[in-house]
Amino acid sequence: MSGEVSRSGPLPDGTVDVAVVGGGVVGAAVARELAGRQSSDGRALSVALVEARSDVGDGTSKANTAILHTGFDATPGTLESRLVRRGYELLGGYAERAGIPVERTGALLVAWTGEELAALAGLADKAVKNGYRECEIVGADEVYRLVPALGPGALGGLTVPGESIICPWTTTLAFATEALSRGAAVLLNTRVKGVEHDGDGETVLVTNRGPLRARWVVNAAGLGSDRVDRMFGHERFTVTPRRGELLVFDKMARPLANRIVLPVPSSRGKGVLISPTIYGNVMLGPTAEDLRDRADTSTSEEGFAFLVDKGLTLMPALMKEDVTASYAGLRAATEHGDYQVHLDAAQRYLVLGGIRSTGLTSSMALAEHAAGLLAEAGLVTSVREDPPGPPRMPNIGEAFPRPYMCDDLIAGDPAYGTVVCFCERVTAGEIRDALASPLPPADIDGLRRRTRAMMGRCQGFFCGAEIGRRLALTKESR
Amino acid sequence: MNLVTDVAVVGGGPSGLTAAAGLAAAGLRVLVLDREREAGGIPRHSDHTGYGLRDLRTVMTGPAYARLLANRALEAGAQVRTSAMVTGWATATGGDGMHALDVTTPEGRLRVDARAVVLATGARERPRTARMVPGDRPPGVLTTGQLQNVVHLHHGRVGTRAVVVGAELVSWSAVLTLREAGCRTVLMTSEHARAESYAAFSVPGRALLRVPVATSTRVVRIGGRDAVESVEVEDLRTGERRTVPCDTVVFTGDWVPDHELARAAGLAMDPGSRSPVVDNTLATSRPGVFAVGNLVHPVDTADVAALDGRHVVRHVLAYVTGRSGTPGSGTTGSGTGRRPGIPLRAEAPFRWVSPGLVRPGAGAPPRHRILLWPDEHRAVARVVVTQDGREIARRTLPWPVSPGRVFRVPSSLLSGADPRGGPITISLG
Ligand SMILES: Cc1cc2nc3c(=O)[nH]c(=O)nc-3n(C[C@H](O)[C@H](O)[C@H](O)COP(=O)(O)OP(=O)(O)OC[C@H]3O[C@@H](n4cnc5c(N)ncnc54)[C@H](O)[C@@H]3O)c2cc1C
Ligand SMILES: Cc1cc2nc3c(=O)[nH]c(=O)nc-3n(C[C@H](O)[C@H](O)[C@H](O)COP(=O)(O)OP(=O)(O)OC[C@H]3O[C@@H](n4cnc5c(N)ncnc54)[C@H](O)[C@@H]3O)c2cc1C
Repeated sequence: MSGEVSRSGPLPDGTVDVAVVGGGVVGAAVARELAGRQSSDGRALSVALVEARSDVGDGTSKANTAILHTGFDATPGTLESRLVRRGYELLGGYAERAGIPVERTGALLVAWTGEELAALAGLADKAVKNGYRECEIVGADEVYRLVPALGPGALGGLTVPGESIICPWTTTLAFATEALSRGAAVLLNTRVKGVEHDGDGETVLVTNRGPLRARWVVNAAGLGSDRVDRMFGHERFTVTPRRGELLVFDKMARPLANRIVLPVPSSRGKGVLISPTIYGNVMLGPTAEDLRDRADTSTSEEGFAFLVDKGLTLMPALMKEDVTASYAGLRAATEHGDYQVHLDAAQRYLVLGGIRSTGLTSSMALAEHAAGLLAEAGLVTSVREDPPGPPRMPNIGEAFPRPYMCDDLIAGDPAYGTVVCFCERVTAGEIRDALASPLPPADIDGLRRRTRAMMGRCQGFFCGAEIGRRLALTKESR
Repeated sequence: MNLVTDVAVVGGGPSGLTAAAGLAAAGLRVLVLDREREAGGIPRHSDHTGYGLRDLRTVMTGPAYARLLANRALEAGAQVRTSAMVTGWATATGGDGMHALDVTTPEGRLRVDARAVVLATGARERPRTARMVPGDRPPGVLTTGQLQNVVHLHHGRVGTRAVVVGAELVSWSAVLTLREAGCRTVLMTSEHARAESYAAFSVPGRALLRVPVATSTRVVRIGGRDAVESVEVEDLRTGERRTVPCDTVVFTGDWVPDHELARAAGLAMDPGSRSPVVDNTLATSRPGVFAVGNLVHPVDTADVAALDGRHVVRHVLAYVTGRSGTPGSGTTGSGTGRRPGIPLRAEAPFRWVSPGLVRPGAGAPPRHRILLWPDEHRAVARVVVTQDGREIARRTLPWPVSPGRVFRVPSSLLSGADPRGGPITISLG
C-alpha cells in the first residue's frame, strides 16, 4: 500500500498514528523511519508528513552548504556531536542504496593568521574527542599542493579527509518518496496553525486545510519549531533566523576547488568556506547574520560585498568566473548550544527543533533517535518485516553518469538523448520522469531540485520557455 | 555511432550556417551540429525585421533569415543535424591532426571525427545572477533571450509592467517583444551616462514606444517573494535610490560568449571578451580549430556574424586541403611555415578587441575590420595605433564610440605595423 501526496482539498479522515509537522530533511527522515515500523499488534504505523509549503525540502533544507559532516568540530558531549557522527554513517550508507550523489572530496581547514595556526592543534584534539581520528596538521607547502588556487598567505592547515559533499535535494526527496512507498501520507500546502487536545488523548492539528487527528505528534518544523512548541504550551526556546548567503560559481571554476576549503572557527565567528558542489560548481559562503523575519531568504548587497571581499583573499582566481546562482538559507538558531530535542510523554509529543547547521547530516540519526524516544514514551514499535526498500533516485550529481551520456538508455528511449536544458544537460526524459514521479514538483523550482533544469549559467536564456511549457502541460493534464 | 567528416561546425546560427554553406559549396564534407530543434540560432526567436543587411543585402525578419540560411547550407550540400548537442571533446583516434567531438542526440551518442572544427556557439546575455543583483528571487525575472522564446516560440505570457535593464539595441528588441505580449515598459535603465543605443534607435521608433530611459542608473535590488513587485534603482550621480513598481524585469545585453567548448579544448582565451583568441584567419590557438560569430565578438549583429562564416571558408579550406603546404596561410600547424602572430591589444575605454592576433601575410580580417567593445561614450573617435612605442596610425573616424555596440576600425590602420615587431595597441587619443 503506497501513501498519497495531496496538495489541496480536504485532509484524510480518521486518526493517524503519527503526524510529523515539517517536511524538511528532518521531518522527511522521521516520516520515513516511522513508516517503516509496526505497532505491537503487527500493524504498520500510519504516518502523515504535514508541510506548509507546496513541496518537501523547500525551506532551510534546500539552501545550505550541502556538506556531509564528520562532526569533527562539534562541541564534544552534545547531542549534536553524537547525532552528526551517527548521521554521517547512516546517510552515507543510505545514499549509496538510494542513489543520492555523494562525493568524498575531503576538506582542508586553512589557517591564515598566527592565531588560527595555533588553534589547529586544539581542533585536532577536539576531533578526537568527537570520535574522529583522521585529521592531520599540515604545513603551508602541503596546503598549496592540495589546493593550488588558494590566495597567498596560508600558513598551514588541518586535513579532514572524511568531509564529503552530498545532494541535499535528492536526500529529502528520497526520504519522502520512501515514506510514501511505505504508506505515509504527504500533506503539502498544509500549515499547522493551532493544536487542540480531545479527551481520548488524541491531538487535533488545526490546519488551513481543516483538522488532522493524530495519536502522536513530532514537531520538525525547523524555523517554526518554537512556534509549534508553544502551541503545545511550552516555552523552551526561541528560534532566531540566522541568514547565510552563498554565491555559486560557474562550472568552469570547478578545477580550482576539488576539496572543501574550511575556515578556522575563531573568536570572530564561523568564517566563509569554499566548496565544490555536487552539481559541478564551486560555492562560496555562507555569511552569518541574525534576522527577525523567518521568511526573508533574500540576498543583500552587504552579503555579496562581504563574500566578494573574502573570495578575493581566499581564492582570487575564483572571482574571475561568473556567478551562476546566489541564494540565502536561514539557520534555525536558538539561545541554546545544542539541538532542542524534548519529549512530552503525557502529550504524546516530541520536538526536534533548533537543528541549526548540521541537520542535513544528522537527519537519519535524529529519526532513529526520535523512534527510540517515542518507544520509551509508549509508542512501542518494531521494524516492519518487509518494508519497501529505498527508492532508486535519479542521479543529478556531476561525478556520476547522467542520462545524456548513456548510449544504452538513449537507445531504449530517445527522450534521454534529447537535451532540453543545455547548460546542465538535462534531457526531456528526465523532466518527464520528474513530472510523473510519486512526488512530482509543484513549480519550476521543484523541477529544478529534481533535475537541475534551469539552474545553470544561462538561467533560462535558452531553455526557460521550453521547460515552462513542459511543466504547464503536465499541470493542465492533471 | 561514429561519424567522420572533413569539417564539423558546432552551432547552426548565422555564422555557423554561412560557414557550412561555403565549405560545402567548396566540395568539403560538412556536418553542422546544433542543439536546438531547429537550426538558425538566435534569429529564430527574434521576430522582428533587421536581419540580413550586410550579408544578403536585404532586410528580413529573424525567423525568415534563420530559415533562409539553414536552407542555403542544406542546398550547398552540408549536413545539418539538430537536437544534437556537442558535450565535449573526445580523444581523437583518426590519425594526426584529427579532432573528435562527443555529441548527444535522440538517436544516440555520436562521436564525430573531423579534420577541422569551426566553433560557432554564439553568445548569451548575462542573467541577473551573474550580474549579482541582490534581493528576493521570484519568477518573472528574465533575459531577452528567454523573453523572446516565451513570446515568439511558445506564445506564452509575461506581466503587464516591465523594467528593462540595459539600453542597447537588444534592449529595444526586448521592449518591442514586451509590447507585443501586452506588457508596458515602465522604465529602461542604463549605467552609462548616455543610453547606449538611444541615438542608433530611430527617433520615430522611440517616440512610438514612449519609454522613459534612466541613464547613469543601476538596479540594486529586486523585491517580491512570490512574484516581482518592484525594483530598486540607484542614480549613480547622486546615490539616490527609488523603488519602481513592476511585475517583470528583463536583463538585456551584457553579453558573454558560450565558450564552454572553447575552454574545454584549452584554447587561448581573451580575458576581456572571454572568447577564444583568434587571428585574422579566425584560427584559434589549436591548429584546425576555428571560431566565428558572436563567440569571438560578443556581440555584433547577425550579418557580421554571418560574414565571419563566409570569411573563414577560405582558411578552413586551405587548412584541410594543404595542411602543411600553404606557407603564409597562417592556418597550418605550428612550426611548419606558420609565422607567429602579433598580439593586438585594446586600451580603455575598450574592453576587448577582435581579432586578438594579427598574422602578417595571412590577409585581412573579416570585412577588413577590427572590432572593439567600448565601455564609455566618446562623441569623437580619434583612434591611435602604436607598436613598440611608435605611433603607426592615427585617424578620426566618422562614427562615435558608443557603449553596448561594437566599434569598428578599418584594418588598414594596421598596415604600417612591423611584422617582426611587438604587440600592437589600439587606443583613443
Ligand atoms: C547557510 C546554511 C548552511 C548549512 N550547511 C549545512 C551543511 O553543510 N551540512 C549540514 O548537515 N547542514 C547544514 N545546514 C543545516 C541544515 O540545512 C538544517 O539543519 C536542516 O536543513 C534543517 O532541516 P529541518 O527539516 O529541521 O528544517 P527545514 O528544512 O526548515 O524544514 C522545516 C519545515 O517545516 C515547515 N513548517 C514550519 N512551520 C510549519 C507549520 N506550522 N506547519 C507546517 N509546516 C511547517 C517549513 O515550511 C519547512 O519546510 C546549513 C544551514 C544553513 C542555513
Ligand atoms: C533579442 C535579440 C535581438 C537581435 N536583433 C538583431 C537584429 O535585429 N539584427 C541583427 O543583425 N542581429 C540581431 N541580434 C544579434 C544576432 O541574433 C546575433 O548576432 C547572431 O545570432 C549571432 O550569430 P551566431 O552564429 O554567432 O550565434 P547564434 O545565433 O547565437 O547561434 C549559436 C548556435 O550555436 C548552437 N550551439 C551552442 N553551443 C552548442 C553546442 N554545444 N552543441 C550544439 N549547438 C550549440 C546554439 O543552439 C545556436 O543555435 C539580436 C540578438 C538578440 C538576442
